[in-house]
Amino acid sequence: MLIEPVSMDDSERLVAEISQARADGTPLKIRGGNSKAFLGRPVHGTPIDTRSHRGVLSYDPTELVITARAGTPVAELNAVLDAAGQMLPCEPPAFDGMATVGGMVAAGLAGPRRPWSGSVRDFVLGCRVITGEAKHLRFGGEVMKNVAGYDVSRLLAGSFGCLGLITEVSLKVLPKPRALGSLALDLSADEALRELSAWRRAALPISGAAHVDGRLHVRLEGGTGSVASALDRIGGSELDSRFWDDLREHRLAFFDDPRPLWRLSLPNAAPLVRLPGDTLLDWAGAQRWLKSDAPAVTIRQIAHAAGGHATCFTPRVDAEPFTPLPQALLRFHQQLKQQLDPRGLFNPGRLYAGL
Amino acid sequence: MSYHYDECIDGALATHDKSAVVAQLQARIPDLQILYEQEDLRPFECDGLAAYRATPMLVALPDKVEQVAALLKFASAQKIPVVARGAGTGLSGGALPLDKGILLVMARFNRILEVDPEAGIARVQPGVRNLAISQAAAPYGLYYAPDPSSQIACSIGGNVAENAGGVHCLKYGLTVNNILKLEILTIDGERITLGSEALDAPGFDFLALFTGSEGMLGIVTEVTVKLLTKPQSAKVLLASFDDVEKAGAAVAQIIGAGVIPGGLEMMDNLAIRAAEDFIHAGYPVDAEAILLCEVDGVESDVQEDVERVEALLRAAGATDIRLAGDEAERQRFWAGRKNAFPAVGRISPDYYCMDGTIPRRELPRVLKSIEELSNEYGLRVANVFHAGDGNMHPLILFDANAPGETERAEALGAKILELCVAVGGSITGEHGVGREKINQMCAQFNSDELSFFHALKAAFDPDGLLNPGKNVPTLHRCAEFGSMHVHHGALPFPELERF
Repeated sequence: MLIEPVSMDDSERLVAEISQARADGTPLKIRGGNSKAFLGRPVHGTPIDTRSHRGVLSYDPTELVITARAGTPVAELNAVLDAAGQMLPCEPPAFDGMATVGGMVAAGLAGPRRPWSGSVRDFVLGCRVITGEAKHLRFGGEVMKNVAGYDVSRLLAGSFGCLGLITEVSLKVLPKPRALGSLALDLSADEALRELSAWRRAALPISGAAHVDGRLHVRLEGGTGSVASALDRIGGSELDSRFWDDLREHRLAFFDDPRPLWRLSLPNAAPLVRLPGDTLLDWAGAQRWLKSDAPAVTIRQIAHAAGGHATCFTPRVDAEPFTPLPQALLRFHQQLKQQLDPRGLFNPGRLYAGL
Repeated sequence: MSYHYDECIDGALATHDKSAVVAQLQARIPDLQILYEQEDLRPFECDGLAAYRATPMLVALPDKVEQVAALLKFASAQKIPVVARGAGTGLSGGALPLDKGILLVMARFNRILEVDPEAGIARVQPGVRNLAISQAAAPYGLYYAPDPSSQIACSIGGNVAENAGGVHCLKYGLTVNNILKLEILTIDGERITLGSEALDAPGFDFLALFTGSEGMLGIVTEVTVKLLTKPQSAKVLLASFDDVEKAGAAVAQIIGAGVIPGGLEMMDNLAIRAAEDFIHAGYPVDAEAILLCEVDGVESDVQEDVERVEALLRAAGATDIRLAGDEAERQRFWAGRKNAFPAVGRISPDYYCMDGTIPRRELPRVLKSIEELSNEYGLRVANVFHAGDGNMHPLILFDANAPGETERAEALGAKILELCVAVGGSITGEHGVGREKINQMCAQFNSDELSFFHALKAAFDPDGLLNPGKNVPTLHRCAEFGSMHVHHGALPFPELERF
């Protein structure tokens, strides 16, 4: 895909629109590429579009840091990194090339490498954000270590735009691995989890592990020696590496099933639990996709009993797509929202009612 | 300028009758140990930043979570400030007591509750020492990655409060990247759980927010950490350079070539000589700079990387390159670096350790400016540098008994931190703001950003009772003491009157 890099500073318009909304007391519905509009509760507000505020602002591969405006397509960011032999290790989905850097951070969705590399927020070093007071502020920075003040940039990751409008992000990046290989084995889900556990103890350089339709798919990344010996040890048959792209982008046949899509996030060593529908195990079992018509309460009970939580990825299935919070924790969410966005301008209700 | 809490600029604190507070606490929480006699309070006057001292009203030494909850409820109702303290090894005065406050010492929560090798996690109390976690995990071939230099003594609760780093951060991350779950008590004594044993949790990322929040948002009562499999092999190269700039360029070459070392450290000549004199690590005392580069992982990959790094170092102009021949030599190479601070302590009556971070490309410029400042202030500076992640530790050498030298060292330190901010870095990479760098916060953040921090704090601690005076300065403090240099033709904080 040929991507034409575009750079444009449209922050003045964004500040002006937020300022206006503040004066009028009208809520805003933040959108970038709209690629994750399916996720979360419906928001009623004036749309505010970040896509015209875009472009990579700075990138020095030897510093391992890239800074981009929020409206920059993730695909463009990836292309810039790729040209320098680097990558964003958390592997966020680009969803048909529509996803933007701002949306990537706001939603915090990571791809198959997440358990080994870290999440989107693990790579966030700094950000600029327009607040409920229509102030354009900067937190964190372009350095790897920074403990001055509260960690606002990482707080904003995964906040679904409910605390402010992210305009710019600095991210830690890493070199692409020198060697990689993918393979598939016919195994039951149970056997797959057992093997994965053994391979983890043996420190095999695994960077992807997904089980679907009776097959375990494994990706290995590292130095040439370690990848070669791990491929030898695991065996199985060679797998087209595009599998990982299709998994990350939800393009596998599994995702075509018309039933609602649920995401269960479970502890590392959670055993195989019976789920009421078809499942795909990703993240070596820590992320389990479920296609199911079962009621939300049933699915949430199962996730909770296993030590995790469940999110509905299909819109209008459940009034609360995200797992409801315990009372005390919800209260601190509300108090934080009240402090940082007292007029309720930003994506009201996207995460939870009243937030 | 004084580091003492100043109610005129840091905010008013309620005054209490000490004996009444002691009596009420004893009545409410009979099994809680409280220290309140002057001589018993002395050991708690300071943390690792020993130059800053204050006597707390009283010291509480709980060993049950219920006691902490009851104490917080009481303090919250009475509006008594609470300063939490772990092992007291912090270097920024984050656990500096308040004479009107309670010092809440969490050191007795020192039990490792669970090590689960299958899940790769450990559940520990906040007073557990950092190194003790790795020791408990070692039988399973696992370890806890963040390794601050004080790891033998510092506690995990303090690590969370400061988002502690170490020499392996570039590859393995900071505390925030290596914990899964926190049990917290709020200022009202309410229990909340942040994060989960899964890789994420619903709602805002309070786990990230609380990490590095310096005890300002809540009290950590339990930590669940991630454990990693110990690398099969680790090799360390020691490269000498006749020029600091060349050493800096070598770091960029290594990372640009796609190698992420487990550790990558730089020392300048003064630091090299001090360390060699102390440890006899075999450092080249005539080198202007040395680089220590450790690569770790699977045996075959490590071999591949060592060869690559060696070639890069040679091309970058290293005058000498040595690969530690065995584990003993590897330990010796590291011992020199890890003891650099005490080594400098041997050549100077006192030293003051800075913690700024910079984009690495700015290193030559910053080192040159530090040298100029060092001459201007008439104080020597030894440089120790986490080169991989841009975290500098300039050590300012001074003599506290020489009139005016302490003040000069502090002023020089402040200049160095402002320099870090000016080149796009931060005043603190891993030691925290605490009380020490409270004024430099005014150089790094503007009044709107500071107000945003205050709003955030108010969501968790509306009365400002948790560790007041640390981490985030009041706007009045910035108006009075903040850097007054002019940004874009405008004075900072024009809305505030000056005293």
